[in-house]
Amino acid sequence: MKLSYDVIVVGAGLAGMRAAIAAAEKSKNISIAVISKTYPIRCHSVCAEGGTAAVLREDDSYDLHAWDTVKGSDFLADQDAVEFFVRECPKEILLLENWGCPWSRTKDGKIAQRAFGGHSVNRTVFAADRTGFHEVHTLYERLLIYENVDILPEIFLTNLFIENKTIKGIAAIELKTGELLAFNAKSVILATGGAGRIYGFTTYSHQVTGDGIAVAYRCGIPLKDMEFIQFHPTGLVPSGILMTEACRGEGGYLINKYEDRFMKKYAPEKMEVAPRDIVSRAMWTEIVEGRAFEGEYGPYIGLDLRHLGEEKIEERLPMIREAAIKFAGIDPVEEIIPVKPAAHYTMGGIHTNIKTETPIAGLFAAGECACVSIHGANRLGSNSTIECLVFGKVAGEMAAEYALSKNLKQISTKEVEAESKRIFDDILGKSGDENPYQIKKELNETMDKNLWIFREGNGLRETVKKIRELKEKYKNIEIKDNRKGINTDLLWALEVGYMLDVAEVVATAAFLRTESRGAHYRLDHPKRDDLNWLKHSLAYFTKDGPRFDYIPVTITKWPPTERKY
Amino acid sequence: MIFKIKRFDGKNFYFQDFEVPVKKGLTVLDCLFYIRDCIDSSLSFRMSCRMGICGSCAVRINGKPALACETQVVNLKEPVKIEPLDNFKVLKDLVVEFDDFFLKHKAVKPYIIRNDLNYKNPVEFIQKPEELKKYYDFSLCIKCGACYSVCPAAATNEKYLGPAALVAAYRFVADSRDRGARERLEIVMDDHCLWRCHSAMACSEVCPKKIEPAKAIQLLRRKTVLEAIRRLIP
Repeated sequence: MKLSYDVIVVGAGLAGMRAAIAAAEKSKNISIAVISKTYPIRCHSVCAEGGTAAVLREDDSYDLHAWDTVKGSDFLADQDAVEFFVRECPKEILLLENWGCPWSRTKDGKIAQRAFGGHSVNRTVFAADRTGFHEVHTLYERLLIYENVDILPEIFLTNLFIENKTIKGIAAIELKTGELLAFNAKSVILATGGAGRIYGFTTYSHQVTGDGIAVAYRCGIPLKDMEFIQFHPTGLVPSGILMTEACRGEGGYLINKYEDRFMKKYAPEKMEVAPRDIVSRAMWTEIVEGRAFEGEYGPYIGLDLRHLGEEKIEERLPMIREAAIKFAGIDPVEEIIPVKPAAHYTMGGIHTNIKTETPIAGLFAAGECACVSIHGANRLGSNSTIECLVFGKVAGEMAAEYALSKNLKQISTKEVEAESKRIFDDILGKSGDENPYQIKKELNETMDKNLWIFREGNGLRETVKKIRELKEKYKNIEIKDNRKGINTDLLWALEVGYMLDVAEVVATAAFLRTESRGAHYRLDHPKRDDLNWLKHSLAYFTKDGPRFDYIPVTITKWPPTERKY
Repeated sequence: MIFKIKRFDGKNFYFQDFEVPVKKGLTVLDCLFYIRDCIDSSLSFRMSCRMGICGSCAVRINGKPALACETQVVNLKEPVKIEPLDNFKVLKDLVVEFDDFFLKHKAVKPYIIRNDLNYKNPVEFIQKPEELKKYYDFSLCIKCGACYSVCPAAATNEKYLGPAALVAAYRFVADSRDRGARERLEIVMDDHCLWRCHSAMACSEVCPKKIEPAKAIQLLRRKTVLEAIRRLIP
């Protein structure tokens, strides 16, 4: 296997593949590798359902998309980044159109757009309710035409090689052989996705374990705004499978056990299509105050699509119907869908600037693993897939340009040996007696309990303590499979280690932020506090836990105001 | 419930029994997780989305290929036999080699081909809903390999592209935005392609996305015949 490239992209979801295409378009003379722990089309981006936001028509404007995004973020987004972002969105939609994405159409054959939470106009481009799936397949298939791109699947990131604050390459385990590989690269793009499996009840794929976020953090790169985790209002009970916001965008209702559309109390104007933080809090309040339905798996809220009719459901929400039937035994044409809020999106991530640069020269990050920040304290639905495309492209171009002007820096045998020892002797070779999967279960339980939609100081403090205990236990894990090839046991256990580090940052950042903003709601500090907290948190790794620093939010046009829907 | 899982350690195949407590609503994937978490974490399998869209977890369940994540256990006959997909080389336990499968997909040029695409200034094409409909169902393939694993032509001819790749070929041939039909038909007219299909229809039967690869192959054959006739006429 070739182990030396100009540009290495880690992660083959929307952001990673878009980055690879951008780099390949920049120059035919650079070598690019896309390294990913699964085959590209198995990435979590395929689970994105409802759509992708972009200003395409006369009734919309960049300023309006930017304002919706800033207001949705509860004013924590950096407004210069948002203003740049909204202008780049339309072109990405058209590129996917040119590469074959089967966008849903208007009667006259134009790209159709639908309503989504927090957007003032119908701005969300979609491909039925399988938008992410089609976008991923379109990008993957397009990627196949570039001869200077190697796609290297089932290779698992374990570390970054950095010298004098400059990237040199990455360490990774090849699943098939179990060998530790040291890839040399002039520039590296992390596009490894979020960290949502730190939670138990979640819409996330099992593989979303914060790998890139944790690896960057351990290498000294700060993580920004990690306290902000989005809870999607409608996770299917009991699995947590996503029931897209488009269910409500297309006119679906949320009802409590009295068949009352309770959103009128919480967001009288926007109702069910208010931003996710607001809808999730409303639903959780209904649950806590005893107005939810009761089922075999506890309380739930009803997602009611019955009035939309079979034809519209089949045309616009076919996968939702399929999933509801297969996984909950419910046909939405005839029955209400049982849902409750589920962990859905990691607003924070690896600290980057507007050009996707991290503090390490030659290292870039894009997509959910990164935090530019355009989502601030709460992301609007359909702004994430487009973020992957826009900032994936930026990262690809930046990394290609960087690689064109630099030489490879050698990785020493000593560095590789140290990493090999860490993985194979200190983790795999250890004969402990703790079960890593039990540790993960306990982590999920504490996160679901204390780092959920409503948080308060004592629960957060308790969770930080609990995570530290779990980290101690983790030092003594037993990995039953000691063979090299296809050692999924080892890789899954390494993922648990990543999740513990990320969760510790999430919990600590949430404990420290003594205000309520966007998705972070503190029962003991229920008001937004712009005087003290209109700022981004930055978490730095230390061996005793994260150290925090704060940086100001960039405000260009829109001073913070009260956020009402 | 007893799960009889076919294992492979690189040298030997053997069946191992695992007892898993089950209830209504659990899927085969949930049971594999139970085995991993509570009994034997050396068991290897692929999975990710657990909602039938990433295509990772196709295995043989009581002889028939299916996605583990969307197969409910309560309806299954006991003991539940879980085996790796047929027609793929087994690497370990339920993990099979997929590289060749993806190369075959790549071989049909599964992307829009036209010489007026402009990376710097992309444009909006017009595609009527009825034009979209012509290929849309065939764009739903998740590349799980279920169809390939039951294909008798793939079983006897390594070079046969297989149902999933041919679905991809038809999906692009039928897309009104594409101009690459001739190039692509050239590829599938090759010896090891289209005409090797026995029309056994097994692929259509097992597809978790109900895609009907056999139908795509029929439609492709019609296109290639028309193309061959077109070439005869100067």
